[in-house]
Amino acid sequence: MLTSDSRDPATLPRLLLSLLAVALLWPGIRFSELDLSVLLAGGSQSEMGRFVATFWPPAYGEEFLALLWQATLQTLAIATAGMTLALLLAVPASLLASRALSLSAASRGGRPSFLGRLLRWPVRGLLIFLRSVPEIVWALLFVRAVGLGPTAGVLAIAITYSGMLGKVYAEIFESVDQRPAHALLQAGSGRLAAFAYGILPNVAAELLSYTVYRWECAIRASVVMGFVGAGGLGQQMDLSLRMFAGGEVASLLLTFLLLVLLADQLSRLLRWRLG
Amino acid sequence: MNRLINLALLLAVGVAVVTSFGYLGIDLGALGDSDNLRQMGAYARRFLSPDLSANHLQAIAHGALETIAMSALGTLLAALFGLILALPAAGRFGWPFKSASRLLLNALRAIPELVWAALMVLAAGLGPNAGTLALALHTTGVLGRLFAEALENTPPQPADAIRLQGANALWAFCYGTLPNLLPQLLAYVLYRWENNIRMASVLGFVGAGGLGQMLYVSLSLFQEAQASTVMMAMLLLVLAVDSLSSWSRQRWVKA
Amino acid sequence: MTLQLTNVTLTHANGVHALRGVDLHIAAGEQVAIIGPSGAGKSSLLNLLATALRPGSGEVQLLGERAWQLSARQRQRLRARIGLVHQAPPLPPRQRVITAVLAGKLGQWSLGKSLLNLLHPVDIPGARAALARLDLGDKLFAQCQQLSGGQLQRVGVARVLYQAPEVLLADEPVSAMDPVLAGHTLTVLCRHAREHKVTLVASLHAVELALGHFSRIIGLREGQILFDLPPGAVDHELLDRLYANEQLQSPPTPVAPLSLQIPRC
Repeated sequence: MLTSDSRDPATLPRLLLSLLAVALLWPGIRFSELDLSVLLAGGSQSEMGRFVATFWPPAYGEEFLALLWQATLQTLAIATAGMTLALLLAVPASLLASRALSLSAASRGGRPSFLGRLLRWPVRGLLIFLRSVPEIVWALLFVRAVGLGPTAGVLAIAITYSGMLGKVYAEIFESVDQRPAHALLQAGSGRLAAFAYGILPNVAAELLSYTVYRWECAIRASVVMGFVGAGGLGQQMDLSLRMFAGGEVASLLLTFLLLVLLADQLSRLLRWRLG
Repeated sequence: MNRLINLALLLAVGVAVVTSFGYLGIDLGALGDSDNLRQMGAYARRFLSPDLSANHLQAIAHGALETIAMSALGTLLAALFGLILALPAAGRFGWPFKSASRLLLNALRAIPELVWAALMVLAAGLGPNAGTLALALHTTGVLGRLFAEALENTPPQPADAIRLQGANALWAFCYGTLPNLLPQLLAYVLYRWENNIRMASVLGFVGAGGLGQMLYVSLSLFQEAQASTVMMAMLLLVLAVDSLSSWSRQRWVKA
Repeated sequence: MTLQLTNVTLTHANGVHALRGVDLHIAAGEQVAIIGPSGAGKSSLLNLLATALRPGSGEVQLLGERAWQLSARQRQRLRARIGLVHQAPPLPPRQRVITAVLAGKLGQWSLGKSLLNLLHPVDIPGARAALARLDLGDKLFAQCQQLSGGQLQRVGVARVLYQAPEVLLADEPVSAMDPVLAGHTLTVLCRHAREHKVTLVASLHAVELALGHFSRIIGLREGQILFDLPPGAVDHELLDRLYANEQLQSPPTPVAPLSLQIPRC
C-alpha cells in the first residue's frame, strides 16, 4: 500500500489560510473598533434604546405631512431630472465608445483596428472615471459649489449615472449579433444609420429595461444624497435625526420604503409594457 | 390598442421629466452661465494641488485601513448572519419562519447603508464601529436573500442520501448541500465586499469613520488640498479592491 | 426474516402505481438480484426497502423492526444499519472523494467526530481501503467532478462499503460501467456480502450479470413479482415474458447547471 500520500494534501493550505484569516482578523477588529454590544444594549439604559422608543408613534401632524409630501416629490424630481441629464451625456458617449460602430471592425470580423481601439479608449476611460466616484462624493462637492438643495443632487446623479449608463449601453450594443450592422457598413451606409437599422432594434428592450432599473436606483441614491444636503427625503431625515425627533424619522423611513416599493412596481410595469 | 397604451406611457414619462425640472426650479441656463462656471472652475482648481505631506499621508493610510477593516468585517458578519437567516428564509423550518425571516431580510436591505450608518452613529457614537455595524446590517439583508435563493435552487439529492444513511439534518446540510453551495456563496460575498468598500468610503460622511469622515471634515473646513488627496486615495482603494476581487473570483470560484 | 414486505402497495406522487401488492421475504445473508424492464418498479422497491419511500398500504419489516411504526429517531438509527447504493451517485461535484466516502459513517459517528471530519479527514486508511477494493485508491483526494460516470458509481459503492451496514441495497450499481468492470464490481460486492454476512439486494439491467453473480433472481414486472427462482431455473421463456414489449427508455433529464445571478446595481 502506498504510504506516501496518507496525509491529506489539503491540510497545509487550509491551515495556512486559517492562520492568515486569524492574523488579519485581529487588526481588522482593532481598526474597525467593532463592538456588537451596542446593538444588544437595548432598553432604557442606552441612547439607542431611548431613541428607538421615540420612533413609535410615527409623526403624522398636518404640517409635517405637507413637508413629507413635498420632500417625496422633490426626491422623485431629483431622480428623474438627474436621469434625463445623464441620458443626454450617456447616449452620445456610448455611441462613441462602443465597438459596435467601428468601421474597421466591420471588415475585420468584429475586432477594430489599433487606431480604432486607441480613439475609443479615452471615452471609455472617462466613463469609467465618472462611475467610479460615488455619487455622494459628487453631491458633497456640488453642495459646496452650488449650495444646498436639489440642484447638487441632480448634477451628482447626472454625472455618475452618465458613466454607468454609457458603459452599460456600450456593452449592450456589443453583446448582440454584430453581423447585420457590419453588412450595412460594408454596403456603404453611415455609422449611425447602420446602428439604427442593424443594432438598435435588437437592443431596444434591454436598454429600456436597464434604464428603468437605474431610475429606481436613482431614487434610492437621491435619498442617500440628501444626507449631505442635496434635498429631498434624505435631507429631511438628516434634520430630524439631528433633532432626535424619532417620530419624524419613523414616518420618513416608512415613506421611503413605500416610495421604493411603488417605484419597483412602476418600473416592472414600464419594463413589461415597453419591453 | 397596445401601441396607444405604449404611446400614452411614453407621453406620461415625457411629462414627468418636464415637470421634474420645473418643480425643482433648476435654471439650467443659470447653471451654465459664465459667472457660475467661473466660480465652479475656481473651486475645481483648488483641488489641483493635493497635499502630499508625510503627516497627511499617514493619516490617510490610517483612514484607508479603517475603511478596509470596516468593509471586510461588515461583510464577514453579514455573510455569517445572512447564512443563518437564509435557512429559514429558504423554507427549511416551515412557512411562518420563512415569511418572518424574509420580511426581516427585506427590511434590512431596503434601508440604504447610509441611513443605517446615521442610525448607528446615534447608537454607537462617531467612528468606524457605526460604519461596520451599518454595513453588516444592510449586507445581511442582501446576502441573506441571495443565499436563500441559492439554497432553494440547490439539488436536494446529496443531502437526502445522507439523511437516508441515518445522519441528522445538520450533517445532511454540511456534507450534502454546503459543498455545492459554497462557491456560489463565496462569489456573492466577494461581489458584495467590492461594493462595500465603495460604501465604506462614504459612510464617513455621517460620521462613521474611515476615509469618508476625513473627506467630509476637510471639505467642511475648505481644505481642498487635503480633500483631493483623500479622494485620490479613495479611488486607488476602489481600484485595488476591484482587481483583487476579480482575481480571487477567477481563482477560486469557477461557478 | 431480515427483510419482509407484506402486501405492499406504493403509488408515486404523480399517480404512477409503482408496486402492487408485493410480498417479499429475504433472509439474513442472502444475495438477491432483481431484474425487470424499465418502469417495473425496481428502484421503487429498493427505495422502499431503504425506508426512503413510504408504502401506501402493507407492512415493511426490516431487521426485525416495523419501519414505519418507529419514531423518527429510531428510524434514523435503523437507517444507519441499511446502506443504499443510489442509481445516480448523490455526490456533490466539488466534494473530495475522501469526504464523500467518509460520509458513509455519519449515521454512526458522534457529534465531535463528524465535526472534526469536516476540517480534516479522520480515517484516511479506512477510506483508502474501501476505495482500493474498487481500484480507486489513487483517487482519494480528487474532486468528485473530476471523475467519470463509472468512477463516480464506484465511489458511491465505496461509501456504502465504508458504512458497513447489515443490509446492502444496490440500485443499478454498475449501469455506467463497461461489462468487465461491472462484473468485477459485482464480484467485490458479493464477496463483501459473503465475508461480512451482509444481506445483499441488487437491481440490475444486465440479465447475464444477475444470473452470473447471484443465488436468487427475482423478476419484477409492472410492480408485481413475476418469478422468484434460483438462476438455474430462469430460462429464455421466462425472460421473454418478463421483458415483453419493453418500452424504449427515455433518456434521463439533464440536471440544469447552477446559475449565478449577480445583480447589477
